[in-house]
Amino acid sequence: MNGLSPTEYRLMLPMVELTIFALGILMIDLMVPREWKWINAVGAFVGVLFSAVCVAQIQWAFPRGGIGFFNSLLVDRFAIYFWYLFLAGAAIAILMSVRYLEVENEHHGEYYALMLLAVVGMMCMAAGVDIVLIFIGLELMAISTYVLVGFLRRDRRSNEAALKYLLLGAFSSGIFAYGLSLLYGLTGTTNLILIQRAVSRLDVHNPVLVIALLTTMVGLLFKIAAIPFHQWAPDAYEGAPTSITGFMSVAVKAAAWAMLLRILLFGLFPLRSIYTPMIVFVAIATMTGANFAALTQSNTKRLLAYSSIAHVGYMLLAFVAMGTSDPGSPGFTDGLKGILVYLLVYTFMNLGAFAVITALRQRNVIGDELDDMAGLYSRAPVAAVLMLLFLLSLAGIPPAAGFLGKYYIFLSLIESGHYVLAALAVLYALFGLYYYLKIANAMFMREPMVSERLPVSLGMRAALGVTALATIVIGVYPEPFIRTVNWSLGIAQSPHVAAMMK
Amino acid sequence: MQSHILSIILFTPLLGALILLFVPKENKAAIRWIANLFALGGFLISLPLVPMFWAQRFEPGFKFMEGAANNWIPSIGAGYVLGIDGISFLLIMLTTLLGWVSILSSWTAIEERVKEYYVWFLVLQTGMLGVFMALDFFLFFVFWEAMLVPMYLLIGIWGGPRKLYAAIKFFLYTLLGSVLMLLGILFLYFHHHTVTGVFTFNIPALYTTAPQIPFHSAIWLFLAFFIGFAIKVPMFPFHTWLPDAHVEAPTAGSVILAGVLLKMGTYGFVRFSLPFFPGVLMNSRVRWSMLMLSVIAIIYGALVSLMQKDMKKLVAYSSVSHLGFCTLGIFALTPLGLSGSVLQQFNHGISTGALFLIVGILYERRHTREIAEYGGISNVMPVYATVTMIMFLSSMGLPLLNGFVGEFTILQGTFIEKEMGGHSGLFWTAWAVPGVVLAAAYLLWLYQRVFFGTVTNPKNEKLHDLTPRELLTFVPLIIMAFWVGLYPKPFFQILEQPVNQLVQTIHDNAKPNAAVNAQVVPQPVPVAPAPAAATKPKGKRE
Repeated sequence: MNGLSPTEYRLMLPMVELTIFALGILMIDLMVPREWKWINAVGAFVGVLFSAVCVAQIQWAFPRGGIGFFNSLLVDRFAIYFWYLFLAGAAIAILMSVRYLEVENEHHGEYYALMLLAVVGMMCMAAGVDIVLIFIGLELMAISTYVLVGFLRRDRRSNEAALKYLLLGAFSSGIFAYGLSLLYGLTGTTNLILIQRAVSRLDVHNPVLVIALLTTMVGLLFKIAAIPFHQWAPDAYEGAPTSITGFMSVAVKAAAWAMLLRILLFGLFPLRSIYTPMIVFVAIATMTGANFAALTQSNTKRLLAYSSIAHVGYMLLAFVAMGTSDPGSPGFTDGLKGILVYLLVYTFMNLGAFAVITALRQRNVIGDELDDMAGLYSRAPVAAVLMLLFLLSLAGIPPAAGFLGKYYIFLSLIESGHYVLAALAVLYALFGLYYYLKIANAMFMREPMVSERLPVSLGMRAALGVTALATIVIGVYPEPFIRTVNWSLGIAQSPHVAAMMK
Repeated sequence: MQSHILSIILFTPLLGALILLFVPKENKAAIRWIANLFALGGFLISLPLVPMFWAQRFEPGFKFMEGAANNWIPSIGAGYVLGIDGISFLLIMLTTLLGWVSILSSWTAIEERVKEYYVWFLVLQTGMLGVFMALDFFLFFVFWEAMLVPMYLLIGIWGGPRKLYAAIKFFLYTLLGSVLMLLGILFLYFHHHTVTGVFTFNIPALYTTAPQIPFHSAIWLFLAFFIGFAIKVPMFPFHTWLPDAHVEAPTAGSVILAGVLLKMGTYGFVRFSLPFFPGVLMNSRVRWSMLMLSVIAIIYGALVSLMQKDMKKLVAYSSVSHLGFCTLGIFALTPLGLSGSVLQQFNHGISTGALFLIVGILYERRHTREIAEYGGISNVMPVYATVTMIMFLSSMGLPLLNGFVGEFTILQGTFIEKEMGGHSGLFWTAWAVPGVVLAAAYLLWLYQRVFFGTVTNPKNEKLHDLTPRELLTFVPLIIMAFWVGLYPKPFFQILEQPVNQLVQTIHDNAKPNAAVNAQVVPQPVPVAPAPAAATKPKGKRE
């Protein structure tokens, strides 16, 4: 307890920078006139870039990772991978937002400030090895997104979504905190590494331990929106500003996954024989429920909300493969790779799809019904073709990037011997294709309701360009991305962890 | 030294598609010319392959290999590996030829969204060629699935009244098969790793390990692959997507669908199911089921064809019947049956492709395909009637034309086998032969109703005969039909080496000590060219 070293400050510099930019935006926002509000977006974008540069510097300076703040902040490769992912998601979402907020007439600096603060929270979640830090990060992220979901003050759907999300979210956070407090009571520490050491000495059938595990898992599964803890997701996704829906569906979800992996593969790893069967059930329920629900949706945002729940089901299957094979075996590593690759490709393809829906929002058109997609090809051919690309990628058709994620998940299931689950997963891929094709059919094979061309703003073009490029490049030449994921894998192999485990 | 001829053939259509993207869409004439140029170019570029392949037709193994096992995605062991043998060579030539013919036939048929049409068509062409060339399972799967997208759009945008339904049905059906196949591929991939410690998708490498999989797992794998390919062929219970897709697709789409896409299923059987799962194939029950499904498809497809009121639907169901012959030849597992089957696949591409063109020409003039709307067409369109007669005769298997050679060899190959699936070869042949008779019945009856007699419908009196462009689309097909019919020896010589080797490997690996054999028999087995397969068909012509 001798104060903090310069290294520790450096490790948190990306978060500090984002916070400074967020606060700066709040102040600058007061000074700029209405028509100059886009300057806030520029500020936020620059903040994200600065933060990314800092992450890159950490990556260079600490090839073995670093640990700090009384062993609560572990910046290993796993954390750095997720940090990049959050920053990429935030940057693209910012590009999507500028014109959208103008159209909605809600161009306020708080929007970008909250987004940056949410990213700070996510970074804490991904890098935290202390349940207190993780919880603080979670709440920072969650509260920022509650506000963002309700950002369209004059829109009743947005208000309703925010309220639902807030109530359910607060409730689940409470249960989660309860589980964490039980863990603390059982083990006497808040550090995940020490928790793992302590839990491995406990009897796995200790009732208090099982209750702690259950309540913790409820919190985790709620945040990744797995069935049966998903009810908030469709409403929140539909009501939120579309750019925020995109942001939530990728960055917030990735953060929740990072937290889940940290806690379940790290702190509670000795309990995997108990939680894996539960995850099997949740995964099957998630895929089944979400795919069936998505079939009948006529609102594209809601459809994509259910589809994103279905994607969580796939990732949970990879988790099952991991939970049932020994660490180091192909099933385990490919399952983990599957989740990381999936989150990577999902970030781009899903944001791309939401970018197209965001572009449909015009002064007098809400643009989130399936009918609004009708004849998109004749109104905005490039956007329609890109949307087709994103949809096919979501459906897992090669050579789009989404196939790579599915590939790893199916492979890990085969490697761990879960043939029935694998067959079930591929069958649900058909459902997925069906509802994605509903959108494609509307775009290419129906006549447009309105004939004028769809204006696509500069920021939106950049967002679409980046996401489409990433979707194609990851699909056609995945080698460097697979290497990056391989590089980031050392989830329990960090030397700092090894030192503490002794 | 590596030759890059396969890559050049593969990517010529894609290059055309990319160039088309930069042509303004109002300039329809330029788009049509460029698309046709690249389609014809794609065909012409593939022609040098013929003498090159001919020179090494008896050499074992894959030819014109390109790429290395690990050069694409080393982390997972996927490579950009291309290579062909006699079987894929024939199908590649068929693809480039039909690609050109169908693009030429679309000149006046497609008036809306012309640019997109040709772009997707050329992309489709590359996808199909890739399927036949890929020697890496990952690459194969990418082409296999990616090709579905342009076909889905071709049916869905330029199709008939029920195009949305047909397009989605086509896509979902084929995807069901291919995702199951993906699981099978991943299992083989993982099994290869368990045996050798190497992760690779290289198909020749998998040939060595896959036959050792014990029967109780192999049967499931075989089923996964079987469903994938059977949907594509389509074999009997999986065929329901085909009539819908064919009827709704634009003419050129149908030509490609029948001519090339269906062959991917049979090609998959020959290239993967046979060498991977010899033990399963030799199982009496499995063999019985496969042969039974083939025979049912032959008879059922023909009977349903007989009842159709719509010409295109009739041709579509006749495909089910003809492809039944192809699968019968495959699962007879004799060199004769296999070469007959591959040749019949080629023939079916030529004849049925032509039949769809024929239907398309009437449809373009009258916008109906109802048989009852026509009658006495030979009076107003004599050239057209002649061409139609030739292609009908070729399709029903009249001697001197291509269909006869293929079907006869298949039946011969089935007949000579003493015992297959609990029955004699004679039994299966006897059940397949009525298919030939029924083919004559539905085609000749169709011809009689449409072409003979006096013109009954006044709307048909002013129909103009074939234009030179339309005639040009038929010329190569007619030439091929007569060539295969009169002098099939070169075709059988091309098929001889791969087919003999395949049958040899199956019989070697299906023995109880298969594991030992598979180890010592690597993929390029130098099998002495057995003259039997080459001489028998030759003798049979007389």
